[in-house]
Amino acid sequence: MQTRTEIGYNSKIEGDVIHTRLDAALSWFRKNSLWPMPMGLACCAIELMAAGASRFDISRFGSEVMRFSPRQSDVMIVAGTVTYKMAMAVRRIYEQMPEPKWVIAMGACASTGGMYRSYAVLQGVDHIIPVDVYIAGCPPRPEALLDGLLKLQAKVAKEPFAGAPNKVAA
Amino acid sequence: MRRIKSRPKTGLEHVSILKHAMTALELVQELKARFGSLLAEPSEFRGEITLNVLDAEQITKVCAFAKKELGFDFLVDISSVDNYGDDPRFTVVYELYGYGHRCHLRLKTDVSEEKAELPTVTSVWKTADWHEREIYDMMGIRFRGHTDLRRILMWEGYPYFPLRKDFPLAGKASEIPDVAFTEPAPLEGGPFVTIAGGNDTIAREPRVRIPETDALEMNARLERRLDIKAAHGRAYGPGPIEPKQ
Repeated sequence: MQTRTEIGYNSKIEGDVIHTRLDAALSWFRKNSLWPMPMGLACCAIELMAAGASRFDISRFGSEVMRFSPRQSDVMIVAGTVTYKMAMAVRRIYEQMPEPKWVIAMGACASTGGMYRSYAVLQGVDHIIPVDVYIAGCPPRPEALLDGLLKLQAKVAKEPFAGAPNKVAA
Repeated sequence: MRRIKSRPKTGLEHVSILKHAMTALELVQELKARFGSLLAEPSEFRGEITLNVLDAEQITKVCAFAKKELGFDFLVDISSVDNYGDDPRFTVVYELYGYGHRCHLRLKTDVSEEKAELPTVTSVWKTADWHEREIYDMMGIRFRGHTDLRRILMWEGYPYFPLRKDFPLAGKASEIPDVAFTEPAPLEGGPFVTIAGGNDTIAREPRVRIPETDALEMNARLERRLDIKAAHGRAYGPGPIEPKQ
């Protein structure tokens, strides 16, 4: 009876050569090392920090490299309330990120404005930048963020690697 | 032999009234003796004394005296009230506290809508700087003599004063290209939007809202309230629970 299943590449059986499509391989590399731009704006940022710390450990999914420079980031995690005063700064930082780039709207505020129906709060960050994954919660638990990250990875894996049309801000 | 440490200096030793324990009322009497008819009669509510300054132009003088002679060395807060529909429209409220005598005093002064201006107290307490900027930003009252009267929460060029009563909660549209923009927030049917005309806070401010069943929800709440009243004689507050007859 087989007690252990080997997962992945077995060089003893398959030799030193892998056959695959280039874009599939590159997408696989890419999806497993998404470097986040932590756009921490409110209490969601605390959960984002928890997701990065040892208990939840976002590095299990290859996203532990929080870059505080948009030039080195792949995915912007908008964690918190986007006020109108901050909105242009968020958009500017998004525009400074190199393509390809993705956005996770973490929590109710970033997704819809949340409970802040007021003159000061942007009613969802998708008014200014395109969002790939919305995470519900106020704030969402780190597990929800990790689930959102996995959803994004699935999306990245399906995206054509070359010749992808540039996304345009809504 | 152990030396007895002297008490730390407060910097207020010259203030004679600190030599004995003062009450806020005594301090107010000192203030009245100095400014007389400029001040209305003090009113007391739950141990806190409020004093109206009848001429807003004199607020700096009153505050300077309160700080230098009466030892109110800490400006806790400045706030503003919009008495929309009344004249004068605005009230500016100063919360004073003295660490030497541990007394609290509230000064109020009225400002008309046409003028919407009064002298700054930044020359008395430096901390007034940001408080006055906040009032200017939110209520649109200017402080003459303030060295840096800019908006503090909203951005320069935002055309409204959001804490005024005639400004809608949802906000108004505005735009300064490349700087900032605002759009009115959708309030209709929102989860945290109050319903006008409800008889009690539970009916007015339901925490869960389903727009289609708003009326049903409210009626159910009111019936529940009536049931409680029928059972206990009253729908509010503590009291013995008696079985329904």
